[in-house]
Amino acid sequence: MTQSVSRRNFLKTSAVAATASAAGISLPGALPAAAQKTDAIRWDKAPCRFCGTGCSVLLGVNNGKVVATQGDPDAPVNRGLNCIKGYFLAKIMYGKDRLTKPLLRKKDGKYDKSGEFEEVSWDEAFDIMAEKWVAARKAKGPKGVGMFGSGQWTVWEGYAAQKLLKAGFRSNSLEPNARHCMASAVGAFMRAFGIDEPMGCYDDLEHADVFVLWGANMAEMHPILWSRLTNTRLTKKGSEVHVLSTFENRNFELADNGMVFEPQTDLAIANYIANYIIQNKAYNKDFLDGHVNFTKTPTDIGYGLRGTDPREKAATNRGKGKLSKISFEDYAKSVEPYTLEYTAKLTKVPAEKLEKLAKAYADPKKKVSSYWTMGFNQHTRGVWVNGLVYNIHLLMGKIAEPGNSPFSLTGQPSACGTAREVGTFTHRLPADLVVKNPKHRAFAEKIWKLPEGTVPGPKTSEGKTLIHAVAMHRALKDGKMNCFWVMCNNNMQAAANMNGESWPGWRNPDNFITVSDPYPTVSAIAADLILPTAMWTEKEGAYGNAERRTQFWREQVSPPGESKSDVWQIVEFSKRIKVEDVWDAELLDKMPEHKGKTLYEVLYANGQVDKFPYQKGTVKDDRGNEYNNHESEDFGFYLQKGLFEEYRRFQYEGPKKGHEMAEYEAYHKSRGLRWPVIDGKETLWRFREGYDPHVAKGEGVKFYGKPDGRANIITAPYEPAAEPPDKEYDLWLCTGRVLEHWHSGSMTQRVPELHRAVPDAVLFMNAKDAKKRKLRDGSKCKIQTRRGELVTRVETRGRNKPPEGLVFIAWFDANRLVNKLTLDQTDPLSKETDYKKCACKVMKA
Amino acid sequence: MPTGKHAKGKTVSRRRVLSDAAKTACGVALFGLAVGLYARPSRSLPADAVRPPGALPEKDFLGACVRCGLCVRDCPYDILKLAELGEGVATGTPYFTARSGPCEMCTDIPCVPACPTGALDHTLTDITKARMGLAVLIDQESCIAFQGLRCEVCFNVCPVRGKAIKLEYRPNKRSGKHAVFPPVVYSDDCTGCGLCEKACILEEAAIKVMPIRLAKGELGRHYRLGWEQKQKAGDALVTPDPEHKYNLPEGLRYDHSGRGLIADEPAAPRTGSALDTLRKGIREAR
Amino acid sequence: MSAVIEKLGHDAIAAKGRLGAHKWLILRRMSQLAILALFMAGPVGGVWILKGNLSSSLFADTVPMTDPLAFMQLIAAGHLGVASTAVTGAALILAFYLLVGGRVYCAWVCPVNIVTDTAHWLRRRLAIKGSARIAREARYWMLGLVLILALATGTLAYELVNPVSMLHRGLIFGMGFGWAIIAGVFLFDLFIMKHGWCGHLCPMGAFYGLVGAASLVRVRADNRAACDDCMECYEVCPEPQVIPPALKGERRGGGEASAAILSGACTNCARCVDICPHDVFNFGLRFPAAPAGRRQPQLIGTARHGA
Repeated sequence: MTQSVSRRNFLKTSAVAATASAAGISLPGALPAAAQKTDAIRWDKAPCRFCGTGCSVLLGVNNGKVVATQGDPDAPVNRGLNCIKGYFLAKIMYGKDRLTKPLLRKKDGKYDKSGEFEEVSWDEAFDIMAEKWVAARKAKGPKGVGMFGSGQWTVWEGYAAQKLLKAGFRSNSLEPNARHCMASAVGAFMRAFGIDEPMGCYDDLEHADVFVLWGANMAEMHPILWSRLTNTRLTKKGSEVHVLSTFENRNFELADNGMVFEPQTDLAIANYIANYIIQNKAYNKDFLDGHVNFTKTPTDIGYGLRGTDPREKAATNRGKGKLSKISFEDYAKSVEPYTLEYTAKLTKVPAEKLEKLAKAYADPKKKVSSYWTMGFNQHTRGVWVNGLVYNIHLLMGKIAEPGNSPFSLTGQPSACGTAREVGTFTHRLPADLVVKNPKHRAFAEKIWKLPEGTVPGPKTSEGKTLIHAVAMHRALKDGKMNCFWVMCNNNMQAAANMNGESWPGWRNPDNFITVSDPYPTVSAIAADLILPTAMWTEKEGAYGNAERRTQFWREQVSPPGESKSDVWQIVEFSKRIKVEDVWDAELLDKMPEHKGKTLYEVLYANGQVDKFPYQKGTVKDDRGNEYNNHESEDFGFYLQKGLFEEYRRFQYEGPKKGHEMAEYEAYHKSRGLRWPVIDGKETLWRFREGYDPHVAKGEGVKFYGKPDGRANIITAPYEPAAEPPDKEYDLWLCTGRVLEHWHSGSMTQRVPELHRAVPDAVLFMNAKDAKKRKLRDGSKCKIQTRRGELVTRVETRGRNKPPEGLVFIAWFDANRLVNKLTLDQTDPLSKETDYKKCACKVMKA
Repeated sequence: MPTGKHAKGKTVSRRRVLSDAAKTACGVALFGLAVGLYARPSRSLPADAVRPPGALPEKDFLGACVRCGLCVRDCPYDILKLAELGEGVATGTPYFTARSGPCEMCTDIPCVPACPTGALDHTLTDITKARMGLAVLIDQESCIAFQGLRCEVCFNVCPVRGKAIKLEYRPNKRSGKHAVFPPVVYSDDCTGCGLCEKACILEEAAIKVMPIRLAKGELGRHYRLGWEQKQKAGDALVTPDPEHKYNLPEGLRYDHSGRGLIADEPAAPRTGSALDTLRKGIREAR
Repeated sequence: MSAVIEKLGHDAIAAKGRLGAHKWLILRRMSQLAILALFMAGPVGGVWILKGNLSSSLFADTVPMTDPLAFMQLIAAGHLGVASTAVTGAALILAFYLLVGGRVYCAWVCPVNIVTDTAHWLRRRLAIKGSARIAREARYWMLGLVLILALATGTLAYELVNPVSMLHRGLIFGMGFGWAIIAGVFLFDLFIMKHGWCGHLCPMGAFYGLVGAASLVRVRADNRAACDDCMECYEVCPEPQVIPPALKGERRGGGEASAAILSGACTNCARCVDICPHDVFNFGLRFPAAPAGRRQPQLIGTARHGA
């Protein structure tokens, strides 16, 4: 009887459980133990997908979906905290309009530039792409094809692209969106120190007494770092915060000394401080004698516009940047004109505020950290102005030690890790090597096991090969580049002068544009082929943040539909290209064993990248959870590890030291390591004995990026902006971001809560300027520049308070393409676009 | 025939008329009682319904609003709604729900002049003077800003920027190196527009607009806050003290107004070096 | 009696044609619907001619109109600082109904009229007999109650349940459970009491009835000599007690009564005009008392029988 009862009970229980599970209900206690186990959330670490701060989060995965995230309480950067974007990380991959299949413009069953998007197979997509790319490379040379990647690429995605373009297609037309973002910072690092990236780290935020923010709205753009800075200001006696900006932003809420200056005059402010230090003999003579050279840079260098522009024709030293040595006295003389009176008048900053700032830098007892981002980098004199701040720190010797740090912040999660360290710029190779240097090219070819001469130099028989981001859009428009592959960014929305250059370039009937993206962005709409892309933790990845911290993550969930990661797309595409199609016979004869091979075999299945075997279960955490790795599964070897380990040879065997990273597995175990990592030890402050393993005992400070170990003070004057306001276009237009949205908003605008919080890009305007135009808060207005116009609403009481004569608008809003307005001016040295200064007018709409 | 009817009913009719009248009166009175009882709870507005700007105090409002919906029609953002039967808000009266559609605080306040009866007070011409309710950060445990996350959406959307909601700055004792930026509402400036409640990014808003009677406490009439009184008066209410003098060893000062004992750093010897002058200047500036 | 009901309106149709026998009914429905349509045109079609609802509205963004009963409730509730808009609006409406007949509101404007007319029509079709007995005077008690409620509660308490404003507002702004009250009125009129709501209980009807007691435009029985006592007008009239003095020409105390229907309870619905095959009734003013334009009954009779 007991048996029959229990049997009946069992049947009943099963029936209940079956019904419940069919209805999607989980009955506590009613499910078998095994089922309960699959219900448990698996937690694993990953860096945040957004800015360059590099907060770490834990991802909770259940049933193949990210169901929750949390700030990682054990992460040193953020200690469990996140900003509002990080709070919504769990939602960014699940926008309703994810792309899941390749889409090709077709008419009558065939590719047609003017056709409508139709779903195609990956095979069809890559076939047409390969056909177009090979044809363009043959017809137009190295510049005929181009790729535009990202500081949001994982390290190996950048590295794989680097190989595909520079060695495979033998083209230097590879650029990251970091060109719009960090190129000026890179230029200044290379010129001053001969090695990229900050010498300090985030710990400076706790060690400094004085913080100076030069064109970095840290309160909104680096929210967690701002939180750390604020804590120091609150808790450390005598600490002070100086803020410089062309409009009052949220930093000013904490500022002890807030300064709103006339756009472009930051050059003068920096020179005034140097002059003040010299006049008061406050400089550190020993440091200057031991570690610094004085140089000057050519002036009147133009604005990176097309050569036909009158402003370019008028420039005497267009694009020039070669440094020449000068003496300390020459230097002192060069900054002499920047007196307090002159500078106050030019900048419109009250003299006492400028003096207070100068005194803070000049006080030998105060540790000063300077921070900057796009205010400095997106600047037609970006390299100069970055350098002018290094000048101040070098004059005082306030550099490369805890609390004394000139610190260039990055906007993207891997602007440092991928774009800069892997060198996915037209002129760079991994680990700070440059295309221009034949030895560097030869070294790359050696590591890659390729014949000498594979990587094209800046000038070849087929013409010049270097082409920067802004020039790429121009080349597309002019028909000089016919194939363009945009990955991991939204360049149609991001590039300046969209109507004038970008759109006509992409839609040029001769051109074939591929966009790889998870979402139908403005760029995707403008493309001919859209490739659905796995994002963030749908693949195994690595990012490098602004403090040289490299962070890894495992594939947490499978990508939706047929989406594939960027690295898969790059490597898979290489299978479609025959070496003969892109290499000339002469080169191939140097290594006849490559004849008949595909680029895949030459670049990736080269006995090096495919060295590490992979089978299911290879990727495991220390708690025994197994993770997928779709790419390795497809290619049959541990692709990411192979790429990383080959890349690491550049760091250890290359001509430039100081970029050393730990081996692959170490990063899966730790919450990031700050390079150089030597013998498992991280480096916090570079160039300083004791902190940096590359500085020998007794050397004290050594800027080993330069052959003589000395950093450059580079004098540069104030020069006016390219397009200052005039009678007709009477306002400065400055563009940027808001806390709630990231870049073009393709992820954050798909989070309903963030969209609700900030749905539209509004025009921040001074109430007096608004009144003059018969506008008031909330009025519809039209912003017009020489290049385009758009309509939005006026905001006079918002978070940003521009001074009279300047307006600010964020560019995240895909319904208001702000870059129709901006001018495609660049720093002639870094080729980075200046999005912060052009002339506009505003009227009632 | 009519006369016959009249004549026949004459004796009965007086009683009949009286009893009919009594019945009618009773029926009507009962109906009145029911309506009156129903009207009582309707007099208090549900906590999540907010009246348009300029609305008279709730009881007066219900006696002044004719339920015409003209304010609803003149709201350019279509956030106002006339209550339907069964909604908990007095039927036919206008209200909005902050979470789904807050008052956008038009500077010309079109809904107010639209009101034909003055139930929305026509003397309200400055929208920042409106008091539709009071935002309350009702759940500090769920508010991520209180936990140190960088949210601040309510602060950023507040149209009375920097006054109605302010961010406080506190060190984050848990993390040890971050700050916490909790938003704090100030009733002197909060209009109750509800933009903060709408924008709150939580599943259930942590900041909510409440009727002022629910949201606001009141200090006992027998007590005043001294520093506020002093600020209002512009000076001490009682004559300021004469200067205090203390017995102190060399190099020490004493500040009567609060800093207490102060040890001056020994004066640096004048070296004539620019740098020393420079440092001194900074000390003085501090 | 049932024979009359079966043939109700047949004679009129025979005499004036189907359209002629329903002329005023059609016009009335058109008026009711047109007013509703004008209010709806804004929210539905974006054409803003009339904004608001019957409680208070704005015509062409300039002319304010306010229901005087709502206005009186405001005053009773103690809201003495009423804005001038409402004062003007109420005065305008009051003047209008003093002119055209107070309960013109009930017959030509009020949306509940369609509901109760439908109930009445169905009641006849289903031959539902029996009706509760409530005195017609109850509505005046109700009117008093409305004002007392406002006075006692300080709010427009009756507006919480007022089916008239609820239906009209509901159609334009959203009804919620308001349907229940409208259905209640419908069922009450259908099963419980003939002309129950509009004829006996509605305080708005009572109010407009009082206004109408002095109004200018009236239904007159100028041709009362032609009456053949078919009783059809009594059958269709929502307030049949108002007919006899004008039709029969006798005052209660003796003497000739005015040919105009003088009772404020008359809604000027003109169903009597439509239903009468002899054109006894017509629209006119309350003066003169004596029937004007008297016609020969025989002529009409002849014409009718001759046809």
